[in-house]
Amino acid sequence: MANHADTSTDAPVRKRKKMSAGRILAWAVMIAFLILSLFPFYWMLRTALSTSRSLSSDPSSLLPVDFTFGAFERVLGLATQEEAIAEGGSGASVNFWLYLRNSVIYAGAVTLGQVFFSAMAAYAFARLRWPGRNLVFGIFLGALLVPPIFTSLPNFLLIKNLGLLNTFPGMILPTFLMTPFAIFFLRQFFLGINREIEESASLDGAGPWRTFFRIILPMSTAPITTLGILTFITTWNDYFWPLLVGNSEGTKVLTVALGVFRSQTPAGSPDWAGLMAATLVAAVPVLILFFMFARKIIDSIGYSGSK
Amino acid sequence: MVSTRTLEHSLDTNRKRTSDLRTALLFIAPAAIGFVVFYLVPAVRGVYFSFTRYNILGTPTWIGTENFEKIAVDPLFWNAMWVTVGYVLLNIGFQTVIAIVLAVMMQRLTKSIALRGALLLPWLISNVIAAMLWFWLLDYQIGLFNQVIEWMGASKIAFFADETWAIPTIAFVNVWRHMGYTALLVFAGLQTIPKYIYEAASIDGASEWTSFWKMTLPLLRPVLAMILVITVTGSFQVFDTVAVTTRGGPVNVTRVMQYYIYQKAFGEGQFGYGSALAVILFIILAVLAAIQLRMLRAGESDLA
Repeated sequence: MANHADTSTDAPVRKRKKMSAGRILAWAVMIAFLILSLFPFYWMLRTALSTSRSLSSDPSSLLPVDFTFGAFERVLGLATQEEAIAEGGSGASVNFWLYLRNSVIYAGAVTLGQVFFSAMAAYAFARLRWPGRNLVFGIFLGALLVPPIFTSLPNFLLIKNLGLLNTFPGMILPTFLMTPFAIFFLRQFFLGINREIEESASLDGAGPWRTFFRIILPMSTAPITTLGILTFITTWNDYFWPLLVGNSEGTKVLTVALGVFRSQTPAGSPDWAGLMAATLVAAVPVLILFFMFARKIIDSIGYSGSK
Repeated sequence: MVSTRTLEHSLDTNRKRTSDLRTALLFIAPAAIGFVVFYLVPAVRGVYFSFTRYNILGTPTWIGTENFEKIAVDPLFWNAMWVTVGYVLLNIGFQTVIAIVLAVMMQRLTKSIALRGALLLPWLISNVIAAMLWFWLLDYQIGLFNQVIEWMGASKIAFFADETWAIPTIAFVNVWRHMGYTALLVFAGLQTIPKYIYEAASIDGASEWTSFWKMTLPLLRPVLAMILVITVTGSFQVFDTVAVTTRGGPVNVTRVMQYYIYQKAFGEGQFGYGSALAVILFIILAVLAAIQLRMLRAGESDLA
């Protein structure tokens, strides 16, 4: 962690390293991995901009085959059925906007609830004095060890018995109030906040609620944003839980819908352009978040791993 | 961890002891409800269900260890077990080696955040999207990889449909998605190794190669142990990629543990049996984590 701060400052004084054979080899390996990481994304775009029917005529062309925005139009519901079929789509309607809305509701609600309630708990664990604090924290952390599959069977039954199957509350509730990781992550930051600021607030007569909302939360916008982004990305990409409890049209999220979309395409001539356009559009919100907050996300991964 | 706690403690005792118990209870109440209702009680219920015959439409009936006895002789369970172990070995083996290589290069070659971001990109998309993307790239008919293979004069490979290739292919897809992420975890571990160690080594004339094997790797061990616990635990629960691409086939070769549990519990409605399988998976993960932490002596650094 400490090194992130000085990486930018030592650039000018960095002594020029000679390009030995080893370094050239290392760069070659690095570039190979960069291509491995990035090229599939390009291929996704190249396919999405092609006409499905024409793809097989020139499968290894680096440029889109028979360039068209048709696949995107099909996914977004802008193409008529005839147009879709003419370009190799299935013609079946895909409620992309509905699934997008569902994903936004699911990931958005989980993120807001989880971050807020975990912040409250983290404050109690980091800042308030009460008997049994460390014991309770330890028990909460223990939940990190439990594999999700183990709790998802009973949780599915609970949601089912509550009559919440295929509803947003049913999907959202299990991770709405806390995850052990969120509490752990925020507690670490709250521990580092200078106590004297809090004390002067309490001398001014501010109670713990005021201190929490007026001092702790505003001072922790950076870690809270980071946690929010990580939680949003994780929830957005969630597949197993929404598959179990959110399988109706009204609650189906993008990952679940894409899984179905893929299994419904005819085995002989799948609408690859349509599939790639759909996956690309489904990934866009997360990619936008990443481009906005790349440094935060990258640094936080180092942080969560090193602790 | 330990040092912050003792510091906290000494700070606490220096102040007037007022217990914030009532406020604290209010602050942890929502999280505590979430913990009890969605983690603690389900965990206990899951263990209970594993000792019952429980059809999804009926009520649980206590049958003692019958589920576990059946599992012991269930060929599909053992198949799922070995398939999963094979997958984990391939996935973790490649992923860890690649991540270490990438992390060391990230540290030695460049501090570029753009480069680290580019390597992280695959991790940002969901397993479902990664699976579909590679399903296309590795398609038998017109997938790019098979075009290249054909162009090189070899015969095409049905990556997802071939019994030999299916598991390595799924392992590869997940290595691709996680390599940058794991590399960043290792990279963070590298930052904890003080610079003077490398300087001392280079003054003593050690090559980069020697200092990697003799210094970096041993000093990285505690961090690697933690990373392995996280990645192995995740790897054992592979599901999404299988569910989207092969659905257990061809002929069971990709029916991994979590997919088998899913099929038993939700496909066939056998919740008791499914829960027993989940209990076994949980025990395996707990034992593995304990062994890994002990073998790699996590938490103990060689840096005295």
